[in-house]
Amino acid sequence: MNGTGSAAGGDAIDRTPSPRADVCVVGAGPAGALVAAELAAAGHEVVVLDAGPRFDPDDRTERMERHLRPGPDAPVWDTDPERDAYTSTGDRHYPLNAARVKGIGGSTLHWQGMVMRMHEQDFELGSSVGLGADWPIDYDELRPYYAAAEEELSVSGAADNPFAPPRERPHPLPAFPPSYSDSLFAEACEAVGLATHSVPNARNSEPTDGESACVGYGTCKPVCPSGAKYDATRHIDAAEAEGARVVDRVPVQRLEHDDGGDRVTAAVYATPDGEEHRQEAREFVVAAGGVETPRLLLLSESEAYPDGLANSSGLVGRYFMDHLFAGMGGTLDEPTRQKHVGFNTTESHQFYDRPDDSRTAIKLEFLNYAGPAPADIALTADSFGDELLEEIRDGYGTHVAMGALVEQLPRKENRIRLDPSRTDDHGNPVPDVVWGFDETTRRTIERANEIQRAVLEELGADIGWTVGPENTGPAYHHMGTTRMGTDPDESVVDPQLRTHDLSNLTLAGSSVFVTGGAMNPTLTIAALSLKAADHLAERL
Amino acid sequence: MQLSRRDALAALSVAGVGSLAGCGAPIASGGSDGDGAAETAVSTEDSDRSDDAVGSHELATLVAVASAVYPSSVDGVDDFVRTYVGGRIDGDGTNAGGVAEAVTTLDEYTEGLYGAEYVDLSSDERAEALAVMSVDDVDPDPHGTDPQRVRHYLVNELLFALYASPTGASLAGLENPPGHPGGVQSYREGPDE
Ligand SMILES: Cc1cc2nc3c(=O)[nH]c(=O)nc-3n(C[C@H](O)[C@H](O)[C@H](O)COP(=O)(O)OP(=O)(O)OC[C@H]3O[C@@H](n4cnc5c(N)ncnc54)[C@H](O)[C@@H]3O)c2cc1C
Ligand code: SF4
Repeated sequence: MNGTGSAAGGDAIDRTPSPRADVCVVGAGPAGALVAAELAAAGHEVVVLDAGPRFDPDDRTERMERHLRPGPDAPVWDTDPERDAYTSTGDRHYPLNAARVKGIGGSTLHWQGMVMRMHEQDFELGSSVGLGADWPIDYDELRPYYAAAEEELSVSGAADNPFAPPRERPHPLPAFPPSYSDSLFAEACEAVGLATHSVPNARNSEPTDGESACVGYGTCKPVCPSGAKYDATRHIDAAEAEGARVVDRVPVQRLEHDDGGDRVTAAVYATPDGEEHRQEAREFVVAAGGVETPRLLLLSESEAYPDGLANSSGLVGRYFMDHLFAGMGGTLDEPTRQKHVGFNTTESHQFYDRPDDSRTAIKLEFLNYAGPAPADIALTADSFGDELLEEIRDGYGTHVAMGALVEQLPRKENRIRLDPSRTDDHGNPVPDVVWGFDETTRRTIERANEIQRAVLEELGADIGWTVGPENTGPAYHHMGTTRMGTDPDESVVDPQLRTHDLSNLTLAGSSVFVTGGAMNPTLTIAALSLKAADHLAERL
Repeated sequence: MQLSRRDALAALSVAGVGSLAGCGAPIASGGSDGDGAAETAVSTEDSDRSDDAVGSHELATLVAVASAVYPSSVDGVDDFVRTYVGGRIDGDGTNAGGVAEAVTTLDEYTEGLYGAEYVDLSSDERAEALAVMSVDDVDPDPHGTDPQRVRHYLVNELLFALYASPTGASLAGLENPPGHPGGVQSYREGPDE
């Protein structure tokens, strides 16, 4: 990947602009890849520019070893400290580079692949319980796109979730059956009155045309060697098969606009050899993730937009949200059969919808990978031989754990802004993540812990650890930083995901979320991207 | 418990050797076909194909280290280690030069301590030497101090081979450990199934 050849990247890849592009997409994660695949299939000339590299699929087993045998050398998905520099200045530290991957496929290369629809209440939180704000679209508007997104991600799921919003047809693939430890939890949950159900997974329970079924490597997060876990390279491949051009290692530096400030005219990008180029197009889609999308707008300030492109509202970068993790675990006095697979098969959405404004949403998870695996213990052990085997037998085999995602509400002070005191490898100010959470969120984390404690105590677990309000961290879902709305003073994009300020600029991704709920965001990102692609196709 | 060549091949597949291109692809719906996948992964028939840096002395030393760090109930260590290390080095899975240097470091250490190379120590001395050198206490680091490099290139290489493989992990009751494509049935089974 770092050759010294002749072309713009030193690797014989042509990184000069396309002479005639209908659409320029910035970012090759799921949001950008889905838009690109849809529009390319509709016959449009599409160019996708991504800041990161194209990872060779043949390297995935080696990446798996990097994960299983961690060392000081390479992270599983290569990063670049200069390119990815950031600061974090809120109440809580935000570990940004653990929370994203730059490269073709984006953060889905690393993700876990849990994919659920948001609830009807999520779209009308302000008017229904007085929390946060309403979205300008409701569940029914997104519903057909959710179904389409489930097809695109070949989701394995079942209709056994009594709390899920209405759906029109089964998931494309059957759900993964519950695990052995799920069966231990089931009794305890019944005793405490907690209803459980299957988990929709973007992971093949059966083979599909292009990909194998899951074979149980158990390393889904951060890398699936078999390709059974969905990642956005699938839609990049589809886009390329339809004639789209996808260029790696070309971070977009800024967007330029016309004299009137009505239309974007070009995306200016850098190539690995230090050249800058301008990609012109009729429509532009920024899908660079919830941090880099607002950052690129802020970097694209101009005379017409002194506070950043498309930022007449002053809200670009504001309302940054993530989900908070709450968890608890311990051991039983019997085997729990953990670590066979790297994904979960049971959840409870019983505490998802908010009864009033006293708490936010909670999504409860039952883990299939609690505690260390034998090799984890061996590699860090301070004993060898028979003593080590005893240690491993003690350390593996009886762990159980529950996790939860907890909603945080949009707060203006949580934001992505530019840090002028520090620059990246191209001299651009780095993003500053200003992040913290409020009392309602804290209370909800405590509530999640209470439920987890009730279940684990009923199960007879010896509780060994808790992740609560003091030691919680983000779930790596970057939302809210270019929120959607109908009022240009109160939002950045309209319900078509087009900026209020510039008529040919679409923002795709979770940055447009008005509230974040407590569902992992990517199915909603995919649904919104398919919706945006429809609107773009109408305009082209 | 007897380790077999098949176990070494399964361990190699966890270590990402043999480029399991499309590894999962032929397996329709899980099942315990993992070993089959591993079997085709590596063509190494014997251990003589290691890079020049890892010759018979280095292999013998790795076998000797394994005898100190593996549990005493495990048999067949010699073949297991030779097949595994041979495959690792053929497949570029490990740095042959790093292994060779770590062996030299270990030998220099035991020459000073016992007046003999590591392979010539008694089994008690082998365990003692690692402890005196603090190999049990340090974090592995391929670029670190002498004990850290011995831990990384020799001890952890061998511990990973054993305990990330189905046979080794099964000693603690996990027959489908992370990194092994052991299908999607075992996670549903109870301990007695
Ligand atoms: C550890 C982890 C686990 C996760 N688990 C789940 C899960 O179970 N379920 C779920 O729903 N979500 C999960 N997520 C979140 C999920 O990965 C993201 O929601 C999703 O990938 C976002 O898609 P995106 O296309 O908007 O952005 P990304 O996937 O982040 O892609 C953005 C792309 O834009 C590129 N880019 C950035 N800046 C520029 C620029 N200036 N020029 C050109 N290109 C640029 C980047 O290189 C990157 O490739 C997880 C995330 C992580 C890190
Ligand atoms: S368990 Fe995870 S890593 Fe393994 S094949 Fe299935 S999806 Fe991929």
